[in-house]
Amino acid sequence: MSASVLYDAPGPKAVVRNRVYAVVGSLAILALIGVSVMRLADKGHLAPEMWDIFNYAGIRQNIADAVLATLKVFALAAVGSLVLGVVLAIARLSEHRPVRWLATAFIEVFRSIPLLITIYAVWVGFLTDYSMWALAAGLSVYNGCVQAEVLRAGINSVPKGQGEAAYALGMSKTQVMAGVLIPQAVRAMLPTIISQLVVTLKDTSLGFIILYPELLQTARLIASNTQVNGQYPYVSTIAVIGTIYVAMCLLLSALATWIEKRGRRAKTGIVTASTAGPTEAPGALGTPGGPAGAPGPASKD
Amino acid sequence: MNVLLDNFPEFRDGFIGTVSITAVSSVIALVLGVVIAGFRVSPVPPLRVFGTAWVTLLRNTPLTLLFLIFFFVVPEILFPGMSPFLLGSLALGFYTSSFVCEAVRSGINTVPLGQAEAARSIGMTFAQTLRMVVLPQATRTVIPPLSSIFIALTKNSAIAGAFSVTELFGWQKLMSDRGYEITPVFIWVALGYLVVTFVISGLFRLLERRMEVAR
Repeated sequence: MSASVLYDAPGPKAVVRNRVYAVVGSLAILALIGVSVMRLADKGHLAPEMWDIFNYAGIRQNIADAVLATLKVFALAAVGSLVLGVVLAIARLSEHRPVRWLATAFIEVFRSIPLLITIYAVWVGFLTDYSMWALAAGLSVYNGCVQAEVLRAGINSVPKGQGEAAYALGMSKTQVMAGVLIPQAVRAMLPTIISQLVVTLKDTSLGFIILYPELLQTARLIASNTQVNGQYPYVSTIAVIGTIYVAMCLLLSALATWIEKRGRRAKTGIVTASTAGPTEAPGALGTPGGPAGAPGPASKD
Repeated sequence: MNVLLDNFPEFRDGFIGTVSITAVSSVIALVLGVVIAGFRVSPVPPLRVFGTAWVTLLRNTPLTLLFLIFFFVVPEILFPGMSPFLLGSLALGFYTSSFVCEAVRSGINTVPLGQAEAARSIGMTFAQTLRMVVLPQATRTVIPPLSSIFIALTKNSAIAGAFSVTELFGWQKLMSDRGYEITPVFIWVALGYLVVTFVISGLFRLLERRMEVAR
């Protein structure tokens, strides 16, 4: 840690001081955790019966179904948002002014409205009986707008000569886009695109509000329908479901990091966007921060 | 138009609710985020581990799940009977704090090492280095990402509405329960959020301009 701006390599006095802070800090953190666990134990949330419910085949089946439902919506939304993202990105770069304006307006509007509002409106207005499709549609629209901006930044980061060379060879605009620009843009932006997919995965939990039986909705149903020792097992259910969520998101983030490392090894001359972490922006409804090395998505909101 | 005029008091309450939950949770997120960022850059390993765990966990948890935790688990640990508004603000603030932390941390990291070395070599103390050299530069780099973080927070506050906090999403739900057409309701709610986010981005642009210096 000698490469920090904030301090030099510690001398003997500082080393002692740091040790004291380390001990005090760990004690404080441990005390915090200890008090929480004790309070939960006092209320009976750590009783073995509370956690025993996960040994029932029915509840296990419920959770498995819920994971499947979550993944189903995630797959739909991922495909939907990527397709919409490509379409919107191309429309934003169109030579026809009305198309450009329309795409820009669409992106700006749906990117700046809370996702929950959109999902709810789609659900109530159009797809009341199809909560899965409503959720997938809402997620696709919002994340499609974000992906479009990511892709646009990627396309803009491709050296200009590439497109010019392709045109000089006599390729049509479609050929230039599909054969030259988009592949390079996707390659440069893959880590950011996957980060946004992590956000999409987290956002599937909004299905809970439109009663789609995904993981979180199932968790609430399990917790409010089973009574153990006269209490509802919220703590244990949330612990289990939370672990599943965090594991799923970390796996996807790990994929992004792996791809980023691979991309860096290849010497294509294209700058690969760096993933600062699992997700670039404040999750649920965030916009990805400008990736380093490529011009970030124009954030006008 | 009728939707708004007929139900204006509720809309006003919702709007005020959105503004106040955004304000309160922004403060929580900012304070917590800066503290955790301090942990993450500190020379003390346990604090660094704690900071990393905090950020990793909160970033990979869906906000909706965090709301569930704050409404059903936290009252069991802390004193029960906290108001939904407070619980909602805490959930939002905790969630956003992880993003604030990362923004602040990368802001500190963007200050060139030579700046601090130069400051130390002319005999500045640690506090002077921090106050006069590192922090002013870090603050400037942190402002743009903070702006988008707080805009995201405003949008995220909609989820609080689903957990019985009075705000704009609650109004949308109420109106659709009362059988109004969803499209006009959607437009008004969207406008409500747009007003808040525009004000935030305007404020940050102002801040950015005031702190601008030639580098």
